[in-house]
Amino acid sequence: MINRRSLLLASLATPALATRGFAADPIKIGMTQPLTGAVAASGNYVANGAKIATEVLNRAGGVLGRPLELILEDNKSNPREAVASVEKLVLRDRVPVLIGAWSSTFTLAIMPKLIEYKVPMVVETSSASRITTAGNPWVFRIAPTSEMEAIAFSALLSKFTPAMKKVDFLSVNNDFGRGAAEKFSAALAARGIAIGKTETMTPEATDLAAQLTALKQSDGDTVFVTTGVEQMTLALRQAVEQRLGKRIVTTGGSFPDQLLANPLPPGNDSFHILFYAPWFPERAPHPAIARTYTQEWNKKGWEFAGLTEGFRGYDAMLTVVEAIKLAGKPEAEAIRAALWNVKIPGVNGDIAFTKEGPAGQESGQNRPNVSILKLSEGKTSLL
Amino acid sequence: MDQALQHLVNGTVLGGTYALLGIGLTLIFGVMRVVNFTHGELYAFGAYMTYAFVSLLGVNFFAALALATLCGVALGALIELVLLRSMRKADIDSVMLVMIGASLVLQNGEMWAWGGVAKLVPNPFNGSPLVFGPVSVLPLRLFVLVVSAALLLGFWLMLDRTRAGVAMRATFQDPETAALMGVRIGWVNTATFAIGSGLAAAAGALLGPVFMVSPTMGDLVGLKAFAIVILGGLGSLPGATLGGFALGFVEEYAGGYLSTEYRDAFGFLLIILVLALKPQGLVPAKERIG
Repeated sequence: MINRRSLLLASLATPALATRGFAADPIKIGMTQPLTGAVAASGNYVANGAKIATEVLNRAGGVLGRPLELILEDNKSNPREAVASVEKLVLRDRVPVLIGAWSSTFTLAIMPKLIEYKVPMVVETSSASRITTAGNPWVFRIAPTSEMEAIAFSALLSKFTPAMKKVDFLSVNNDFGRGAAEKFSAALAARGIAIGKTETMTPEATDLAAQLTALKQSDGDTVFVTTGVEQMTLALRQAVEQRLGKRIVTTGGSFPDQLLANPLPPGNDSFHILFYAPWFPERAPHPAIARTYTQEWNKKGWEFAGLTEGFRGYDAMLTVVEAIKLAGKPEAEAIRAALWNVKIPGVNGDIAFTKEGPAGQESGQNRPNVSILKLSEGKTSLL
Repeated sequence: MDQALQHLVNGTVLGGTYALLGIGLTLIFGVMRVVNFTHGELYAFGAYMTYAFVSLLGVNFFAALALATLCGVALGALIELVLLRSMRKADIDSVMLVMIGASLVLQNGEMWAWGGVAKLVPNPFNGSPLVFGPVSVLPLRLFVLVVSAALLLGFWLMLDRTRAGVAMRATFQDPETAALMGVRIGWVNTATFAIGSGLAAAAGALLGPVFMVSPTMGDLVGLKAFAIVILGGLGSLPGATLGGFALGFVEEYAGGYLSTEYRDAFGFLLIILVLALKPQGLVPAKERIG
């Protein structure tokens, strides 16, 4: 017997299905992402993922017999602008559901507005634990928390040779960066690894020499770097200049894609915790969906490595559309209730929500998969 | 000790770039009394032009730096002719508003033309650092420092030793008398703004390959440039140079030894201290330029 999951899987794996004609008004889905500013690269990748999911889903018939319309707003890598973008999406565009907002800081800024306007939001990237423990019943996160990422990573420690003995942290000074340093410290300490220094940087900082020079003095063997793609790229390049001489592991699922075309000198390998490794779609939990996503992205001619983050927008869109389908109507409260029943395959793996936070006010939290990618002289391999 | 030496090298490199940022801004204010809010955007424009020449048109890296600077000079001349020339008698507030508007137009133009994703500019220098005992520095950074020093020196010689420099200083001291002596005030203003813009574009062209190129890269740089100019003394070229190095060293050492979290705050603390003790800045020139 063919169930709904199989149908969705089949439709997502066969993008060449005939395009249907639509007579009805589109169902609007709002998305707020940092399309400009300090973390614009990541925001654009996530937005692109949502765009191609919209196209794939519309080709497969949309939802409830209506086409989907993605309304994208730029939060300009700024929490105030993030709130303004949500006000615009909810009050002017009247969207019944949101996707956003990349950074934990932007998402935390938006969260009171979700309660005020009673609109659910699927959180596709933000990792701060508070997002799902603060008691906001309109939040449904498909991204892992920093704690989940750290615990999943610590289970893979045996893949590193020589073994980690002492680690330091270089983190962007916001909820995302500080949260990751705290959770990774706890998870690694529980495995008997010593914890050294934590250096921070503002999201806009471009010169990280002072931080890297300070980290160089530590006797740690590994530095965990948590920030957006642009600053991650700068940190890796400047670590070479400062002769850091330590293993670098980046967290959060971002990948410094520009180092593929402009590789670091030999002997400066880096490791990246990813939630989707597009170089190896066959290793994804649902290879057919991963291949469709990857093929659609490549057809657009977008930067290949953007796939590492674009899947977040793709999976978020699948999640929202499944909830609308289950709700039977594009209304905020019905979608919120339906999100608890979503069980679909995505690029990262199965998507379903469990309850987190205070009783009666729980947020939804998904359990994603992680993998570790090694970057060596512009070449990638999975650990 | 090794760490202190590395911070010294880092601070020198950072200070050199800050000085380069400051001099173009201080020149324009010194001669024209215009607070140039487009300075950060002209910096980004220079970086994008370098990216375009190197990555899209395949122009030689060093030629691209020169071409990007010339593009900055041309854009600066255009801004002066179109926006500022008719406002010569306007009050400083009106001119500031126009410049803020121009800055927004430039930044949004960059976003429209290039998108929001940051870009790396390829360069011909070896990616491995040069090592001198306990300290290391990338060849590209050293090149930027040397070119910045050459630009600072060349610029000072131009102001001090050429007829154009004399005309600029005369215009600042007394525009009416300068005009009676045959100085063409309009063209001095155009040249001043064009040169100041060219210096901002040169800074962007040099630093774009060191960091990354993005439409908002001028925001922080614009803020730092204003801080450097205020620290050094408005309209003072030696002040901008000294201010740049002072800010670079304070950020580097405070970040390295006290707190990276408050690295930028220490820079602004220095400015508050200097302004409290010496309101005219570090080098309050009698004659605002040169």
